[in-house]
Amino acid sequence: MIEQLLTDLTIFILAIFVGYETISKVPVILHTPLMSGTNAIHGIVLVGAMLVAGMPEGPFVTALAFVAVVLGTINVVGGFLVTDRMLRMFAGGRR
Amino acid sequence: MLPHPPASAIRVAYLIASVLFILGIKMLSSPRSARRGNTLAAAGMLLALIATLLDREIVSYGTILAGVVVGGVIGTIAARRVAMTAMPQMVALFNGSGGGAAAIVSSLEYLRFARADLPVPPVMSVTILVGALIGAISFTGSIVAFGKLQGLVTERAVTYPLQKPLNLALFVAIVGIGAWLVWTGQPNPTVYAWFAGLSLLFGVLFVIPIGGGDMPVVISLLNSFTGLATAATGFSLHNHVLIISGTLVGASGTLLTYLMCKAMNRPITNVLFGAFGAVKAGGPKGAARPDVAEGKQVRDVSVEDVATMLAYARRVIIIPGYGLAVAQAQHGVRELAELLKSRGVEVKYAIHPVAGRMPGHMNVLLAEANVPYEELYDLDAINPEFDETDVALVIGANDVVNPAARSDPGSPIYGMPILDADKAQHIVIMKRSMKPGFAGIENELFYDPKAMMLFGDAKDSISKLTAAVKSV
Repeated sequence: MIEQLLTDLTIFILAIFVGYETISKVPVILHTPLMSGTNAIHGIVLVGAMLVAGMPEGPFVTALAFVAVVLGTINVVGGFLVTDRMLRMFAGGRR
Repeated sequence: MLPHPPASAIRVAYLIASVLFILGIKMLSSPRSARRGNTLAAAGMLLALIATLLDREIVSYGTILAGVVVGGVIGTIAARRVAMTAMPQMVALFNGSGGGAAAIVSSLEYLRFARADLPVPPVMSVTILVGALIGAISFTGSIVAFGKLQGLVTERAVTYPLQKPLNLALFVAIVGIGAWLVWTGQPNPTVYAWFAGLSLLFGVLFVIPIGGGDMPVVISLLNSFTGLATAATGFSLHNHVLIISGTLVGASGTLLTYLMCKAMNRPITNVLFGAFGAVKAGGPKGAARPDVAEGKQVRDVSVEDVATMLAYARRVIIIPGYGLAVAQAQHGVRELAELLKSRGVEVKYAIHPVAGRMPGHMNVLLAEANVPYEELYDLDAINPEFDETDVALVIGANDVVNPAARSDPGSPIYGMPILDADKAQHIVIMKRSMKPGFAGIENELFYDPKAMMLFGDAKDSISKLTAAVKSV
């Protein structure tokens, strides 16, 4: 248990530094796409939603899990698509 | 029934997905590679999701399939239809969806212990409760932020007596219930339901007292909350891709929150608890202000005069504000700028970090109108150039050009970095009326001897201006 927690914590702390370093290099003009893009990335919680939705449980759990999968999918699909729409405009502005 | 690859293969897939997310964000550091970066991150997501479907813990696919189809359709339609001006509320909604999903996943983890009637180990209950708390706040908070941005809820800061003590009491109660659940270790769904319900309520009460103009900070903060909730879910499921991606987003949101606060020179506590832009009781706002002396006059100017000034200028800097976006005048501004450039005028855009309703919002709005991003300058890059600028054209911006931020220590915006429009030879301010901006304070710039006011709808004025420049 403690071993597992320490591994998780190590990854967590290192990810903070990686996140800070990569994100601080994103220029101001791309901050909106950065936000909607990272927004789509936290849709990874859909992985968790799928794991709980795939287990055989009662109707109450299934209903909640269904909502979680719907919400997670909206987050992922909507997030990546809308970010792509924005970034396409920036590419178009290059000319 | 799908074939089950070994658990290690799934973990490798998760590792590759994490790397793709990091590379994707890295490629966002240049507009040239940004789109590919987003595609890369999406590919990582697809890989992670496919790997998850092959997990041996998953035995039924019906719920998943139905959920993905419904969510996919909603997400696609929303992403395709949304106007760029409505991007902040769209991001808020997507963010809230993620937060809601994280809260539900945490809650179902808890419920699993309850059903098996197993004691919840302390570490597990802490991560579950943290995930549920932050996810729930992000869920309802994002919905309120959406309502404010969409105009469904008042944009003004909503305040009532004893607001702060009540919010604090609620928060203490939530933490107390959580601590009790961790302490006893026995799963108790009823108490847990109270914990989750109060967390949802707290999300609403947390965002309600924050004004519309502070939404860039709120959206960034809620984004980081959902990231952290996702990471917490990763802790309870022992899933590293969730921890890594959640943390990346948490870092991104936190950094943007910090940058937005810095751009307004207000500490985060002031943004969250200061109820900035609230309607103060007693007397109309801006009445009898001592900082505006009696008899000060603003100078009206005609479209023709502005057109002549612009046409014969050497350097023009356009300062767009949220008013421009509201009037949908971005395309008109670009046309005017191109017309001026064809006459040999040098045109640049000065973008304040908090122009718009989310970080970088104005850049997106101008990019949509095909303004080349090379012409967009941020505050530090453009400020030294105002001295040598003939005309500063302020369109629907107010507080971000208010010199009181530099000179008046008593002003609520004192210390906020501003665009030095007052240093230009001439200042043309396009506005609907003399109404103050979000901060609710007078702007001395309007009374500057070099300043001229062109009243009216921005879109309308711009098209008249373009026509007038053509006939100069």
